[in-house]
Amino acid sequence: MGESTRSRRSFLNYVLGGGVVGWLGSVLYPVVKYLKPPAETGSNVNSVKVGPAADIQNGTSQVVKFGRKPVLLFRTDTGEFRALGATCTHLDCTVQFRRDQKDIWCACHNGVYDLTGKNVSGPPPRPLPVYEVNIVDGDVVVSKAEA
Amino acid sequence: MDGAPNSGIGRWLDERFHLTPLIEYMKKKHVPVHRHTVWYYMGGVALFLFLVQLFTGILLLLYYRPGDESAYESVRFIMNKVPFGWLFRAVHSWGANLFILFAFVHMFSTFFTGAFRKPRELTWVTGFILLALGMGFGFSGYLLPWNELAFFATKVGTDIAGVVPVVGDAMKTFLRGGDDVSGATLIRFYAFHIALIPAVFTGILAIHLLFVQRQGMHEPAFTARLPVGKKRMMPFFPNFMVRDVLVWLVVLNAVLFLAVFFPWELGLEADPFAPAPEGIRPEWYFMFMFQTLKFIPPHVLGLEGEVLGVLVFALAGLAWLLVPFWEIRSRADSRLKPMAIIGLFALGFIVLMTIIGYLV
Repeated sequence: MGESTRSRRSFLNYVLGGGVVGWLGSVLYPVVKYLKPPAETGSNVNSVKVGPAADIQNGTSQVVKFGRKPVLLFRTDTGEFRALGATCTHLDCTVQFRRDQKDIWCACHNGVYDLTGKNVSGPPPRPLPVYEVNIVDGDVVVSKAEA
Repeated sequence: MDGAPNSGIGRWLDERFHLTPLIEYMKKKHVPVHRHTVWYYMGGVALFLFLVQLFTGILLLLYYRPGDESAYESVRFIMNKVPFGWLFRAVHSWGANLFILFAFVHMFSTFFTGAFRKPRELTWVTGFILLALGMGFGFSGYLLPWNELAFFATKVGTDIAGVVPVVGDAMKTFLRGGDDVSGATLIRFYAFHIALIPAVFTGILAIHLLFVQRQGMHEPAFTARLPVGKKRMMPFFPNFMVRDVLVWLVVLNAVLFLAVFFPWELGLEADPFAPAPEGIRPEWYFMFMFQTLKFIPPHVLGLEGEVLGVLVFALAGLAWLLVPFWEIRSRADSRLKPMAIIGLFALGFIVLMTIIGYLV
């Protein structure tokens, strides 16, 4: 095979190979874009009205739906309302209020937070996020903390 | 050793799986070249389209939510919110139709070239079963968006199944998951479409392909008669395979063209209590049976017209399945070929009834 034939062939091979790669790219691009789920809409909730403050006894708690996230609302024995993000910072289990131990506990791996949300024992690496609680016209309103 | 792989990976595999005889066997495969060679590609096209369906179907599975409360919305979500969701859905819908079309083309071309004859009887039988399963795929998949058209088409289709004597009611209840077409039907069709039918189809497809690989391509009579030296053949690797891949590429382009320029509509969500809208009809591949049933009078020979129609189609289907075993052979020099006439009648009937179904 002469020099020019060889270089012509390798040129054509590059063109063909490049074409195949380009084609593969054009097929894979939509697939990759498709696989990434679209951003969830309607999750920009800033505050939630829970209900009458009088209905919530001291030492009790409930999990409130805050957009798509769970928030733990509890009332201490002294009557103070507090709200913390209920998703454990370890591996995303939902935590619970323990009246007797006066703490917040995660059953999955025995993580413990105090009533301000600070991680005090077990695997959780970070404290629980704090939410604001206000009483508006007798109703408990949970909202995102001021930045 | 001659034919032994010389690449590192090839040698690694060969040491463990003794691939050399297999590679030697494949290298010797040749495909006859004659004026009907073009039909040899049709089965591969059907296979390719099945693979396209498998791929796009799995993608759709990632976002589809089965259930009468969520299915329609999830398809709408795929079409409007998921990037390229509209594309994969349209490819899946068009791919389904083209798959069945090419399965029919493949079937009729093997029929008219006499490829169903000994030793390929079981290839024909498994092939016809694959076509029936393909139509089952189409029927079950059609309901999944839970739109108006699909809802009523399923009602009619399952009603027709119910017409079969003795087992009809049991079949209808089994298909519907109850007395009526409801959310239960949708879940059941979903199970058929993504699990049951794919499992059975893949098994029978593997057998069908194994037969073809083992026996090679059928040669029509006029080339089979030629002495070996005069036969034109091309090697399977790489000649036929490269042409095969090219045909697949053209078919893929056709599917993409249809998906982009003739997008598939979503329609209105199914409402069991709303009246059936105008223009309810089955997909084109069921149309010929549907139209024939419409022509049959309500009562014939003491039987309900529909029962007769369903029985006739069942018998015709059975006869078609068993063609290699009852074939009417003609003398080689005879101009009258009974099988060709039967085939033309079947094809003509299907085409005619399909066209009438759309005109009426």
